[in-house]
Amino acid sequence: MRGSMSAGGSNFDEMFERDGLTRPAYGEYSRWYNEQPGEFLKRKNREADDTFRRTGITFNVYGDNEAEERLIPFDMVPRIITASEWRRLSRGIEQRVRALNSFLYDLYHRQEIVRAGRLPERLLRKNDAWLANMVGFTPPGGIYTHIVGIDLVRTGPDEFFVLEDNARTPSGVSYMLENRETMMAMFPDLFSRIAVESVSNYPRRLARSLAACVPPAFTGGKPTVAVLTPGIYNSAYYEHAFLADQMGAELVEGSDLRVVGGRVQMRTTLGYKPIDVLYRRVDDDYLDPLTFNPDSALGVPGIMDVYRAGGITIANAPGTGVADDKAIYSFMPEIVEFYTGEKPLLPNVQTWRCADKDSLAYVLDNLAELVVKEVHGSGGYGMLIGPTSSKREIAAFREKLVARPSNYIAQPTLALSTCPIYTRAGLAPRHVDLRPFVLVSPDGIDITPGGLTRVALKKGSLVVNSSQGGGTKDTWVLKD
Amino acid sequence: MLGRTANGLFWMFRYLERAENTARLLEAALRMALTRDVVTAEAEWRSVIATLGLRRAFEAVHDTYDGLSVWNFVLRGPSNPGNVRAMFGGVRSNARLARINISSDVWEAVNENWMNLDRLLARPVGPTVVGEVLVAIRRAGTQVHGAFDGSMLRDEGYHFNRAGTFIERADSTARILDMKYFLLLPSLSYVGSSLDSGQWEQVLRSVAGARVYSWLNAGQIEARGIVEFLVLDERFPRSLAFCRNALRENLAAMARMHGVEGRCNALMREADTRISQLNVDQIFEAGLHEFLVDFLARNAAIAQAIAQDYRFHA
Repeated sequence: MRGSMSAGGSNFDEMFERDGLTRPAYGEYSRWYNEQPGEFLKRKNREADDTFRRTGITFNVYGDNEAEERLIPFDMVPRIITASEWRRLSRGIEQRVRALNSFLYDLYHRQEIVRAGRLPERLLRKNDAWLANMVGFTPPGGIYTHIVGIDLVRTGPDEFFVLEDNARTPSGVSYMLENRETMMAMFPDLFSRIAVESVSNYPRRLARSLAACVPPAFTGGKPTVAVLTPGIYNSAYYEHAFLADQMGAELVEGSDLRVVGGRVQMRTTLGYKPIDVLYRRVDDDYLDPLTFNPDSALGVPGIMDVYRAGGITIANAPGTGVADDKAIYSFMPEIVEFYTGEKPLLPNVQTWRCADKDSLAYVLDNLAELVVKEVHGSGGYGMLIGPTSSKREIAAFREKLVARPSNYIAQPTLALSTCPIYTRAGLAPRHVDLRPFVLVSPDGIDITPGGLTRVALKKGSLVVNSSQGGGTKDTWVLKD
Repeated sequence: MLGRTANGLFWMFRYLERAENTARLLEAALRMALTRDVVTAEAEWRSVIATLGLRRAFEAVHDTYDGLSVWNFVLRGPSNPGNVRAMFGGVRSNARLARINISSDVWEAVNENWMNLDRLLARPVGPTVVGEVLVAIRRAGTQVHGAFDGSMLRDEGYHFNRAGTFIERADSTARILDMKYFLLLPSLSYVGSSLDSGQWEQVLRSVAGARVYSWLNAGQIEARGIVEFLVLDERFPRSLAFCRNALRENLAAMARMHGVEGRCNALMREADTRISQLNVDQIFEAGLHEFLVDFLARNAAIAQAIAQDYRFHA
């Protein structure tokens, strides 16, 4: 293979076996890659950036005035998953998402899991995402998490772990779609040689899934679906506009909406028109200034009352963020078992809850080897990666940890799998994760084959978050 | 369609039109300044600033009127919030806001031109590149309009776009004429003094009408002809009459689509009645300046009525 990538190291590589041989999933891709002239690949690599810039697939970075909008770097070597690997993964994902939804229903109703002594009650009381106004209320169709992103990591041929559940507002699906579009435009011949599962119907599936969750007040005809965005300065605005466009839904902001006659209505050129299903990309806190943050200009005063009265469906349901909490995460194996009666098909990463005295002692003794995360944190912020941190950083983190142990969990530093990226010097291994996207409706659970592969572009780095220099790859699930 | 989106579509094309018209105005002044003495050149730059309504803002930071300061102020001056760079920012942010109601072709034309112009205008524009920059601004307009014509669905969004274009264009042509109206006062030509041919050519150039006027009039330089051409000629796409016709059609189409006429349609009819009964002699008799002031006020009132009728704001 060109560039003779060293397949050494202790990590599992998606493309190469330890002895440098190509894994079966990459067989045809590897043949194709070796046939391409070096200059051609170089040129295509440059083109990719231009394509993204021209189409405006950008994300905004807060507090960065100079370059308000940035591109997420795209790497043109796909991450390839075989059909049988995917079948296994999707069974595990489906089980987990089913459990998540039952769990949320239970939390806001009888809390059987707490009564059964399988989950400490304090985890709910201390959970910032817990919403008292959701207690006793059942969302239309009984669905809490209409759109879920399950973050997976791999450490070996058959070792996949769930690293995080994103039940609140998973983002990144537009990159899954645009990465594929870009790959197909750049290398059409590749797709005629290799049969890859399509992802392009995701927006249609999303539209169908949302339309299946109409509220009791729906009067028939075609449901009116709208995407609620915080506006053009939000980091994910591109994605909000993209999804609304692809679904044929309206893209609304809080200032477009108002409660009229018991419905949430949008101000159109013809007057106010009721919305049946609102796919909101605004956090719970900002959704309703009457119920939550009174200073919010992003939400709709009174929407929670309308919601509880059956006037609108909000996706995802308010209060689903409870399940994203990392302390809850550590109970996911129990949660899956409790609601499905089955052993989890996809394991969790081993997790120490620092709230437990014994765990805390262990974590403090082994800080240099562990990854420590805030229970409510996200985006790769506020965490410590022991092996790559300096003594001073570890000491500083230790103080924070001792001051508020219940705010942290710790995990072993995983030997994340790598996948080659294209560099000027040839292929080079970088760590990756995978976020498949899952749709839930009364009609069932629908997993788009593929997802978003995030890649740490810095050599040796384990942080794949786009806000911290991560990139993305097209993700292929091969057809049988 | 959302009222806010309609507002975005309307302003996206107003800013685009304004940027293009500003570039034309600068191009005409540049040409004039190159071929005239220093005193005339200074007067020319002064009139550019006055036409754009920027006199106070400009004089707050500059003591003299020279080309370099004027075009930099107009194109990218940090103390001029309405500079061309900001106009293009406005085109793009409105296009982003209304992204789902414009075609990908239009969005990409906007985005690519914005990337190019934002880079060009990030640094001071020197005398050797100003021509190139102005061409790039005009070309951006051409490309967006081209993509628009070939790819946009003819729904209400299309008509909000077009309404923005013609409101802005009429406004611009009327302002340019008004700034130079004293040059066209018929009394001068009646007493036999010929018009300054450079000056009238400059007016025509500012609205991209120099060549076509001269072709239509066999090179005759004459106040009546120029006013007739820029105000009443329905064939010339930057004349007031042309803009009115186009706007009338757009507003009528919107009323049809919505099944109801608004205040903007009523104001349009009122304005129409006035202009359709006028000939060029009557315009001169009542005063060209007075005519233009009235035109601008009605144009602005129609724009306001569109915003109200179609719920641009909460």
